[in-house]
Amino acid sequence: MDQALSQLCETVRAASASRTALRIRAGGTKDFYGNTPQGTLLDPRSAAGIVDYEPTELVVTARAGTPLAELEQLLAENGQMLAFEPPHFGAGATIGGCIAGGLAGPRRVSFGPTYGGVRDFVLGAKLINGHGELLSFGGTVMKNVAGYDVARLLAGSMGILGVIVEVSIKVLPRPLSHHTLRFELSEAAAIDRLNEWAGRPLPLSASTWHEGTLYLRLAGASAAVSAARHQLGGDHIDNAEADAFWNSIREQTHPFFAGELPLWRVSVPPTAAPLSIDAPLLIEWNGSLRWLRTDLSAQQVRECAKRAGGHATLFRGGDRSAGVFTPLSPALATIHQRLKAQFDPAGIFNRGRLYADL
Amino acid sequence: MDTSRQRGLVAALRTFLPEQAVLYREEDTRPYECDGLTLFRQLPMVVALPETEDQVRRILQLCHERQVPVVPRGAGTGLSGSALPHHAGLLLSLAKFNRILSIDPRARTATVQPGVRNLAISEAAARHRLYYAPDPSSQIACTIGGNVAENSGGVHCLKYGLTVHNVLRVRGLTMEGEPIELGGLAPDAPGLDLLALVIGSEGMLAVVTEVTVRLVPVAQTARCIMASFADVGEAGDAVAALIANGIMPAGLEMLDQAASRLVEPFANAGYDLDAAAVLLCESDGTPEEVAEEIERMSAVLRAARATRIQVSNSESERLRFWAGRKNAFPAAGRASPAYYCMDGTIPRRRLGEVLRAIQALEPKYGLRCPNVFHAGDGNLHPLILFDDADPDSVARAEAFGAEILELCVQMGGTVTGEHGVGVEKLDQMCSQFDRPTLDTFLAVKNAFDPAGLLNPGKVVPTLHRCAEYGRMRVQGGKLSFPDLPRF
Ligand SMILES: Cc1cc2nc3c(=O)[nH]c(=O)nc-3n(C[C@H](O)[C@H](O)[C@H](O)COP(=O)(O)OP(=O)(O)OC[C@H]3O[C@@H](n4cnc5c(N)ncnc54)[C@H](O)[C@@H]3O)c2cc1C
Repeated sequence: MDQALSQLCETVRAASASRTALRIRAGGTKDFYGNTPQGTLLDPRSAAGIVDYEPTELVVTARAGTPLAELEQLLAENGQMLAFEPPHFGAGATIGGCIAGGLAGPRRVSFGPTYGGVRDFVLGAKLINGHGELLSFGGTVMKNVAGYDVARLLAGSMGILGVIVEVSIKVLPRPLSHHTLRFELSEAAAIDRLNEWAGRPLPLSASTWHEGTLYLRLAGASAAVSAARHQLGGDHIDNAEADAFWNSIREQTHPFFAGELPLWRVSVPPTAAPLSIDAPLLIEWNGSLRWLRTDLSAQQVRECAKRAGGHATLFRGGDRSAGVFTPLSPALATIHQRLKAQFDPAGIFNRGRLYADL
Repeated sequence: MDTSRQRGLVAALRTFLPEQAVLYREEDTRPYECDGLTLFRQLPMVVALPETEDQVRRILQLCHERQVPVVPRGAGTGLSGSALPHHAGLLLSLAKFNRILSIDPRARTATVQPGVRNLAISEAAARHRLYYAPDPSSQIACTIGGNVAENSGGVHCLKYGLTVHNVLRVRGLTMEGEPIELGGLAPDAPGLDLLALVIGSEGMLAVVTEVTVRLVPVAQTARCIMASFADVGEAGDAVAALIANGIMPAGLEMLDQAASRLVEPFANAGYDLDAAAVLLCESDGTPEEVAEEIERMSAVLRAARATRIQVSNSESERLRFWAGRKNAFPAAGRASPAYYCMDGTIPRRRLGEVLRAIQALEPKYGLRCPNVFHAGDGNLHPLILFDDADPDSVARAEAFGAEILELCVQMGGTVTGEHGVGVEKLDQMCSQFDRPTLDTFLAVKNAFDPAGLLNPGKVVPTLHRCAEYGRMRVQGGKLSFPDLPRF
């Protein structure tokens, strides 16, 4: 173990012994996300840098404190990418925070063969648990069923199980060609159309609907992209303009995301009908992600999401007293509590960030 | 066997299960004594075959109350002994849960009971031009419940992902009989991703009672390249070169010469028997896309010194190319009284090296070991041919297998890519993971099943076992201790 890691283990052991809550924070770009963090700051960025990258293996291993931008730059130089297109939300974003937050960007669609969410690309991880032990889960190979898949469990864990210090991620070749189309469609028609397209072998790689316009990104082999383009119709958007648009969705710099109204992230099955809440709306992921700007109560938004077969997270702003994430069923809450107690017996890591009692 | 305990359990089960759903006589429980890994056998105390979730719940509650271990079982095709019964336990067969509950073509999902066979899902979805992508070679027989438990893979997984990438939601019961729902049709279910933990947990965290899978559109067309190589190392490098060129084949499988020679008489696939290795490389998509990709693939393979390249020109020819790969296991079964299928995964760049090392071990153990495997994923399937009627041959096969797994760990890989640890690879888990990590696995088990009754003793070796294994290895290999109890 090198110095940076042993130092972090030491810090954790001391905090455990004194039951000092630790707030794990790297670039702080996702401070707004999750319940209000508490505790003494622990900056994991002392563990940074690419550990191993072999493009032919489609895997990169990096210390958690590695800047996301640096990692993506390296992949791009080799014609590869993080397929889940994670948002950075600021210059300081690190790969560790990206995994712990578990947020994917436009390319995470619920269809399309090789795409998926953050957890779908996590192959391995190193974690410091509440005992200050350095644990290593998964590995760097594509298929691995030795032991439980704790590495994937860490994606979206909001740091409550320990300090993620290293991750191995599956990467993918960048598509050879991409193309963005625009359609004028109502919300219901857009949802309908997206689901119909998703059932066909088309190279869909992102979709956004907002105020009567549907944007659709195709990506893949040039033959597939141009064939799909001709089949689907719509207006072509110039590539530079399209890249800027998708980046504004990914980084939430699109005007829809501006202003003070609370931002809700409502996850539903892709085929769910338009929600019954009348509020500014932006739809992503083939209909399965619906962003709402509303100051309705958490209960009202959650009930609406539940009726649609999904759940709602208060993403930014608003009254966070009801907890930003949808509460768990009692059976799952029990398993969460037991897992937390096993990984972090002193309850020091990111207390309350995911749920108040964890 | 404690017969009074057995009688008591049978009587209690029969208060809510029909008579034929509770088996305990030896002639009735015998068919459940092993899974696909026949080297390990154990009769269970009782077998139960429930058909409703409520019956499963009552069975679990009863067993929990009486501290009876429970081992779930699907079709019993597992290759690591993870469905091996417990001598004092109940074998819980999910075979009767064989209904496809719904297919939603619009949402592209299928909701099925756990005992539904993998292939049956794709067959039922075919009329919507959809299918379930993960396709283990055992797909005619194995169940989706077993697939979830093992995180099974198949030829399509390189491009379309493993079970974990294609299962959206699982409903199950904990050992205490508590219903749980993991994942969901809406993305990013709240809380920790427990679905990722349960997939691949070998039936140790929850009994799966319902599964919703993602269906994907059937590709318009597919074509396959069959490429010959004069050297296994070059074939391995060709695999790396394809990936390096940004190509993601719909299947990328390798047969070494011994494997081609083994399957050819059986399958008449037309394999080049003089080649040291044959690669099968498939492209799927629209006709234009496939034509473009086949060109790119062929160019890379030629540059990687393929000695012969054939491209399938019809669907029947494509299926013929695959026939040998798909029939490799039956062919091994015909060529040898028994075979032992290993499952390590290694970084792709080490393929040539590892294949040569395995060849070099053949004389050491006096056994043949052809290889036919998921090259694109670096997932090896060395098939050790042995004679199960000869105890010495069995011992050599096991020792050969163990050495191959150790080799995979040394190469930076893993002891199991898709078949699971079960009881088979407990020792090698001690080499792959350190104690604190193994203890974390036990902790995870404990969080789901504090009583430790659901499929106990699988996957995670005890401290004691690792100590024993360490000592044996220090003393020069386990062959010198053939009579040491294994579990
Ligand atoms: C010829 C042959 C070829 C094979 N090819 C492949 C391959 O290409 N890829 C691959 O990945 N595997 C392959 N396998 C291995 C095997 O088919 C898979 O592991 C399969 O998923 C097992 O399914 P099953 O229904 O037979 O499960 P079983 O063998 O019955 O059980 C396997 C595990 O699942 C658990 N389990 C079963 N049902 C449930 C449930 N409802 N709830 C909780 N736990 C449950 C059991 O406890 C056990 O731990 C092959 C096997 C054979 C014999």
